[in-house]
Amino acid sequence: MFKVETKNLNLHYGTTHALKGVTMGIKENNVVAMIGPSGCGKSTYLRLFNRMNDLIDNVKIEGEVLFNGKDIYNGNIRVEEIRKKIGMVFQKPNPFPKSIFENVAYGLRVNGVNNKKFIEESVERSLKNAALWDEVKDDLKKSALSISGGQQQRLCIARALAVEPSVILMDEPSSALDPISNAKIEELIYELKKKYTIIIVTHNMQQAARVSDRTAFFYLGELIEYNDTKEIFTNPKNERTQNYITGRFG
Amino acid sequence: MSPFERHSLEQRVKDLVFQAVAIIGLLFAVSILVLLLVNVFKDGFSRLDWSFITSYPSRKAENAGIIPGLAGTLLLVLLTAIISIPIGIGAAIYLEEYGRKNWLGRLVEINIANLAGVPSIVYGLLGLGLFVRWMQLDRSLLAGALTMGLLVMPVIIISTREAIKAVPSGIREASWAVGATKWQTIWHHLLPIAFPSILTGIILAISRAIGETAPLITIGALTYVTFLPDSVQSPFTVLPIQIFNWVSRPQEAFHENAAAGIIVLLLFTLFLNSMAIILRNRFSK
Repeated sequence: MFKVETKNLNLHYGTTHALKGVTMGIKENNVVAMIGPSGCGKSTYLRLFNRMNDLIDNVKIEGEVLFNGKDIYNGNIRVEEIRKKIGMVFQKPNPFPKSIFENVAYGLRVNGVNNKKFIEESVERSLKNAALWDEVKDDLKKSALSISGGQQQRLCIARALAVEPSVILMDEPSSALDPISNAKIEELIYELKKKYTIIIVTHNMQQAARVSDRTAFFYLGELIEYNDTKEIFTNPKNERTQNYITGRFG
Repeated sequence: MSPFERHSLEQRVKDLVFQAVAIIGLLFAVSILVLLLVNVFKDGFSRLDWSFITSYPSRKAENAGIIPGLAGTLLLVLLTAIISIPIGIGAAIYLEEYGRKNWLGRLVEINIANLAGVPSIVYGLLGLGLFVRWMQLDRSLLAGALTMGLLVMPVIIISTREAIKAVPSGIREASWAVGATKWQTIWHHLLPIAFPSILTGIILAISRAIGETAPLITIGALTYVTFLPDSVQSPFTVLPIQIFNWVSRPQEAFHENAAAGIIVLLLFTLFLNSMAIILRNRFSK
């Protein structure tokens, strides 16, 4: 069974047909990279899984989005519950203008956790899992805006981990970072996949090739090719995939 | 001279002309203000003392004071703030975060912008019909504050919306992404981050309420009051009305009173504005 999957999914923004009949499944503890030129729908696709597209007016969604086999667009499901289980890391580091500690603790607090000891342990564990603990353990009360961009992004990962999701969505998580921070994020993804299912949108072919098990190529709202990363990069079946990964367009 | 050189010379001349026009405009505005201040201070400064502030109006100009107007202004502004701030901020939150951006939303938006430009006398007439007559609040502080509340609300709504809109969308998404509800996101992030700008809007709104006279005259605020308001149902007057009343008398001595009243009103506005700026700077560090 797939951890998350979509079946014949169509999405319209007003008059734009942004996703066209996408059927795709992602297995547990896999890292799936989504590649494709800007505007191809890959970020929109990613945002289906935590229902971030709900927040935009005039979006119409047809088809199924399943998480552990259950349709998350079913009316009986609380969207906040879904977002707790399917975490997200964004392109630009977006810490809250609060302390490092409060950033990580925030997800727990809004989900009704009040136990001080539990929160402290969870913050420490999340920061350790995000490979940030050693750098900030003496400055937990400092503003999250005072640390570097790369550290902020790992803080955002820790914030996502704190509410114990099982899937993590990453929307170009290192495109705004320097090469060293980028390498740290990639190492981290490698560690995280032992426990989490990860879907990552990236414009960086090398990154897709390095971190992912499987790769999906999107073009103009369609899923063109979806296969093992090695296959996609060494032996693409579709000409458009080949043109894209060799840099001939996009 | 090459075409490039000629072009750059032209641009430099244009730049200088524009600078000159801007400076003349600024000098004009500032000199009018200075003229006003000098005039008012020359007429009124000698009249300004503690007994002027603590006395009631009188038929004798030298005994007259402004305490009912000052108290009325203070209470009216306070009540107006209590009425208009929560409703204004609430409306702005709804329009910005909950309301759909469809034709109805746009219609409401245009109307609010329009309301901000409606002459204040029209609000006075509305207040007279709605609060004084229909709700039978009479010429009370409450009727005045409700009228003023309507008058300043569009300003509060518009500036609060702008302040909320200016919060980076990354903050909203980050909050939603960890499972916070819309309301939690608004309460924990948007309002605290937008607070300094919201405060700026409130300052503008309240400053306007302090200076407005026409709607209060329309709803029948008194011009000669020899008591302090003791409840929200009490009749009242405000400083601008008191000033207006004195200016319209023939005797020179009352004109001096008016000038002194203007000084107090200016100081009061200055005090409120600087308080708000201090608060804003403290929160937006």
